[in-house]
Amino acid sequence: MRMLWFMLALLLPALAHAEDRVVNVYNWTDYIDPYAVARFERETGIKVRYDVYDSLETLEGKLLAGRSGYDVVVPTSEPTFSRLVRAGALMPLHRGRLPNAAGLDPALMHQVETSDPGNAHGAIYLWGTIGLGVNTARLQTLAPAAPLDSWDLLFKPEWARKLKPCGITMMDSAIDVIPTVLHYLGRNPDSTDAADLAAVEKTLLAIRPFIRDFASAGALEAMATGESCLAFTYSGDAIQAAARAAEAGKGGNLRYVAPKEGAQVWFDMLAIPSDAPHANEAHEFINFILAPEVMAGITNQVRYPNAIPTAAPYVLPEIAADPGVYPSAEARGGFFTIKAVPADAVRQRARMWARFKAGRG
Amino acid sequence: MHVAVRRAALLLPAWAWLLAFVAAPGALLVVIGLATPADAVPPYRMGLSIASLRALADTFYLRALLGSLLTATVVSALCLLIGTPMAMAIARSRRRQFLLLLVVFPFWSGMLLRIVAWVGILRDDGLANAILLRLHLIKAPIPLLHSDSAMLLGLVTCYLPFFILPLEARLAAIGTHYAEAAADLGAPPWRVFRRITFPLALPGVWAGLALVFLPVSGEYVIPEMLGAPASPMLGRVIWDTFFHEGDWPQAAILAVALLILLLLPAVWLRRGDAGAQVGGL
Repeated sequence: MRMLWFMLALLLPALAHAEDRVVNVYNWTDYIDPYAVARFERETGIKVRYDVYDSLETLEGKLLAGRSGYDVVVPTSEPTFSRLVRAGALMPLHRGRLPNAAGLDPALMHQVETSDPGNAHGAIYLWGTIGLGVNTARLQTLAPAAPLDSWDLLFKPEWARKLKPCGITMMDSAIDVIPTVLHYLGRNPDSTDAADLAAVEKTLLAIRPFIRDFASAGALEAMATGESCLAFTYSGDAIQAAARAAEAGKGGNLRYVAPKEGAQVWFDMLAIPSDAPHANEAHEFINFILAPEVMAGITNQVRYPNAIPTAAPYVLPEIAADPGVYPSAEARGGFFTIKAVPADAVRQRARMWARFKAGRG
Repeated sequence: MHVAVRRAALLLPAWAWLLAFVAAPGALLVVIGLATPADAVPPYRMGLSIASLRALADTFYLRALLGSLLTATVVSALCLLIGTPMAMAIARSRRRQFLLLLVVFPFWSGMLLRIVAWVGILRDDGLANAILLRLHLIKAPIPLLHSDSAMLLGLVTCYLPFFILPLEARLAAIGTHYAEAAADLGAPPWRVFRRITFPLALPGVWAGLALVFLPVSGEYVIPEMLGAPASPMLGRVIWDTFFHEGDWPQAAILAVALLILLLLPAVWLRRGDAGAQVGGL
């Protein structure tokens, strides 16, 4: 009997400890496979408190204020992830505790180094490009000769004018649009040169009269409901819109295009805040997510590609074969990443963006 | 002396509230406003820099400020035009309690929810366009959302109760005797309103206008969700400065500037109110 009590006494702290094991995850809305979270809780006994945001501003505001209480966050490479790295808001990851991180595509991880030199603070969760969401059927009735695979469709006034009646949606994000226009104009996407910025402004103002809407949370909904037929958007948003429109019986004419002149590629990074209360559990969670079959389940759910090549066999064939999700090697050659620009340039860009939105030069 | 002590004791919670939730955050904003932006957590370095203060003279900010004040003025004027007859009708109605309940009824749902409802009504495939199409008044959906009119519609519907409530309370307190006396002495209805009812109700009008004008000047959510892409409102500029430019000191200074600018007319209104109390009823 005494032995039993003794054993119970030994067990109690262990039980209490097991109960304490939690990880506070803060991720984008609709951006995970719910089954993955349930499986992680079952296999590790760690409770996941899952919270979501719908804009990088929300995430960045909380993390920069400090003591957010989150253990795992998923900031986008630019501007948020790189800003958080520079501010010291993220802790260096323990590679030893992330054996599955060895499966990350080295070429993709190398591209993230423009935001995080040495890849010390993050592992790629999902990635994608910024391009055009196109309703091919409506575009072809309005402008049969329009180049569907080119930025000209949006940035050349003669095409934009023709497409105005069916609705053009611009992404309300200077950080995403300005580098793309710079790249389209053959300039350095990270340029802070006043002349380059003026050229961007001229290009954008020329198409301003034909833009119907500025969407801050992506153009997904406007495309799915048919309010917009051409949208500057994230790859996954356009692909999800296409899936939703098909479900609603509105036809499968929606397509995502990473234009041939080159598209900006972005990465959503798994990272741990430097003041995370449960850093150990956070590492376990990230390592679990990076397992090939878990990662594939997430891609199947949200239709963004992951960076684990060995996950490929578990990805649904129709998603693996979609060039919008998994671009060809040729298209990938034209992708570019951006770097952080100095604060003063950020302000100049923001001012230019406000003038563009207001439509006055 | 005894009375003074008791009054001070009664006012203590109010002062504590103001100190904790107005003065302290305001002081914090001033401290952040004088810091310099930096790559750190939190993203500024303490100091006494007036760079952000000096940047206030930037025409970009002045234009946004003017836009905010203009919008607040238009919304206040619309509330005055729509709300005054409503308040008078309610104050004189026999079903006053019921009508007042209807005025505050929207508060049962969240403000954000009501704004999202407007989005649903005004969008291309929304209720308004569906009705217009069904009545064959239009051939294709017309863009209603994301315009200045949509923004004004949202602001007025949201803030109208704040105008009606204090004015109605004032009108009910005045009663109808003065108006009846004036009418008995031969004044036509319009003159009764202009010379008797409206001047007596003025403190209620000012209170209602303040409750509309001040929050609308700093409004962010409604212009963002219903307004045109570039409706120049200071609330929006503060948001952009804080989140997109990551410049907390500049955003803090802008917020303080707006606060001070709005305090001035509030103080002036308080004095007007006090004067009316003495000279009025």
